Amino acid sequence: MMHVTTDFPAAAHEALGDKSLQAALARMRQGFVSGRASAVARLPEFDAYRDAARAIRDHTLAHLDAYLEIFEANVKAAGGQVHWCRDGAEARETILRILQSRGAKTIAKGKSMVGEEIELNAYLEANGVRPVETDLGEYIIQLRRETPSHIIAPATHVSKAQVADAFRAAHTLLPADRSLAEADTLLAEARAILREEFLNADAGMTGANFLIAETGTSVIVTNEGNGDLSQTVPRTHIVLAGIEKVVPTLDDAAVLLRVLARSATGQEISSYTTFSTGPARKDDLDGPGEYHVVMLDNGRSALLGSAFHDMLRCIRCGACLNHCPVYGAVGGHAYGSVYPGPMGSVLSPALAGIAAAKHLPHASSLCGACEQVCPVRIPLPKMLRAWRDVSFDRGLVTLRSRLGLAVWTFAARRPALYRLATALTAKTLQKHRAWFRLVPGLSGWLATRDFPASSGRTFMAEWKARR
Amino acid sequence: MLAVPPKNPSVALLVTCLVDLLRPQVGFAAVTLLERAGCKVSVPESQTCCGQPAYNSGDRADARKIARQVIETFAGFDYVVAPSGSCAGMVRIHFAEFFADDPVWAAKAMHLADRTYELTQFLTDVMGVAEVSAAHPGTAIYHDSCSGLRELGIKDQPRALLNTVNGLKTNDYSGSEACCGFGGTFCVKYPEVSDRIVGQRVTELAATPGDLLLGGDLGCLINLAGKLARTDSKLRVFHVAEILAGDAGPAIGEKS
Repeated sequence: MMHVTTDFPAAAHEALGDKSLQAALARMRQGFVSGRASAVARLPEFDAYRDAARAIRDHTLAHLDAYLEIFEANVKAAGGQVHWCRDGAEARETILRILQSRGAKTIAKGKSMVGEEIELNAYLEANGVRPVETDLGEYIIQLRRETPSHIIAPATHVSKAQVADAFRAAHTLLPADRSLAEADTLLAEARAILREEFLNADAGMTGANFLIAETGTSVIVTNEGNGDLSQTVPRTHIVLAGIEKVVPTLDDAAVLLRVLARSATGQEISSYTTFSTGPARKDDLDGPGEYHVVMLDNGRSALLGSAFHDMLRCIRCGACLNHCPVYGAVGGHAYGSVYPGPMGSVLSPALAGIAAAKHLPHASSLCGACEQVCPVRIPLPKMLRAWRDVSFDRGLVTLRSRLGLAVWTFAARRPALYRLATALTAKTLQKHRAWFRLVPGLSGWLATRDFPASSGRTFMAEWKARR
Repeated sequence: MLAVPPKNPSVALLVTCLVDLLRPQVGFAAVTLLERAGCKVSVPESQTCCGQPAYNSGDRADARKIARQVIETFAGFDYVVAPSGSCAGMVRIHFAEFFADDPVWAAKAMHLADRTYELTQFLTDVMGVAEVSAAHPGTAIYHDSCSGLRELGIKDQPRALLNTVNGLKTNDYSGSEACCGFGGTFCVKYPEVSDRIVGQRVTELAATPGDLLLGGDLGCLINLAGKLARTDSKLRVFHVAEILAGDAGPAIGEKS
């Protein structure tokens, strides 16, 4: 099971007071939202592509078993191997076994959210393998020993100065008095360090944006080219992917790629889109000697046919995070899961259990912006509500909200009593608004916002009097 | 929807719990607008609330009971109209979900859903109201409420009507389509996060020229007005119905 450490209310409180984080979030809110909007505006048929993308994902999920078997057969036909893993532990052990049997001591890693999900780096380190993250954002958070705060921009919460601090602390062989004030300088330094890592790595790992059944191909999109070096330079290439990542054909992948980059970064296509099929062939000039695909379930198959089935359509573009007012206010770490924001608040309870992730489905105003921008039209608000239903049924809601709700429902179901209660409340709101500071929940509102006075009479009373 | 709307349809006003409790004048403005459009307006006495607090808290059983109560209360009218996209959306979009296993009630829920509308949508799209007789000087910034905008597709209707108010210009701001942070029970559960979100809207509003801030949902409006009141903003906040009815008294938060 995936690990979450969520005390959302406390973490959100801390995040709201973190000035550096808030500055980073303000930049992020602006950049991603306007980027997507202009990319979408440049492609008038974007919504038709979304419908097509959704249909491809739905079709694949309806026949997931078949497409997974076709994918496996074609990976094998191309000379690769597929490893089926029920959970994170099996995936970690499988990867370690592959590495140890080849005597690998270091592994260059392209960005993989599934790697984060199964906490692979800590496991590899504990077992004598040094993982090197090669995506710049992932590299930064690896140095800072953090989890990602965004599924496509893992270090979006880190300021330039903090990156410089992390580099100074880690790159001790470089002159201590070098200037690291500019982004370009930081980038050049990371590039030089990582270049050596690529060349010296015993194995390489990537995630997969898609797996193509008809050819047994894994597809990655990056903007840094780091994934390409991770998967072509070392002797062994390991792909780590969730089982839902498969699509039937190359044509299908082309449709999904059209909506992915536009939704994620506002690009028409990412700088690098790389298709890997098996190990290097006899006459290939380069490429890995071995190609392994580690396929992770970790709770995904249990979602098939459930109230959360549609969540498996997700292509991890991050648009729902970028447009979420709650994510925009508190950032990713407050969610306590490597999958934050709306998609995370649906997925994390599924992968980690609702008891551990009980706050997350409530960490939303249900404004619907996520569903509005989702490239595969996942009804995220509906599924957040579905988790709230589960949470309520299992008694995971606080006594306070359960009691408040019970009192309100009791009155709402008895119109005469409701009239009396609202008439009294209206009077109190007119004369004694200060009392409302004593009501739990309302005190939080009144700390920073006014609450309007009432005229002292409800509409229903006034209407009765006038007519 | 009825194939051909009757000329003088019977309309039940779904007052909404917030209007009932906090701002009755919005209800009266809605009645004025509906009557001017030729509707025979009733206010069913046994109405309470649409059930969103239970629905959004995961209390399906109670939400379903309240939905049945709403369905019974509002049976027998040509239309049901609410001065709220959120409550109208609850009836139009969500009620049917409760009765997936009960064809009799599902039919009743869908029947009600088909004839339930948010006020400005009803006036323009059903009654064909093209202009209102009202005057108000100045520039109105419009805030689209999430449910109205994203569940019911309400965007042009209130602006079209407002543009016929004598002396009034409408304007959008960069946060017009963004959540204000109210979110019903959300603002009670996570007041600090809610406050940060409304703070962003207020900052955006400060950068936008305007005299009035209008919207179609009282929850969002008391949130925005409550936050604006703690700044030096001069914006006066009203429900769109009050301006359209030409019935603007004290703004939200102002002394009556």
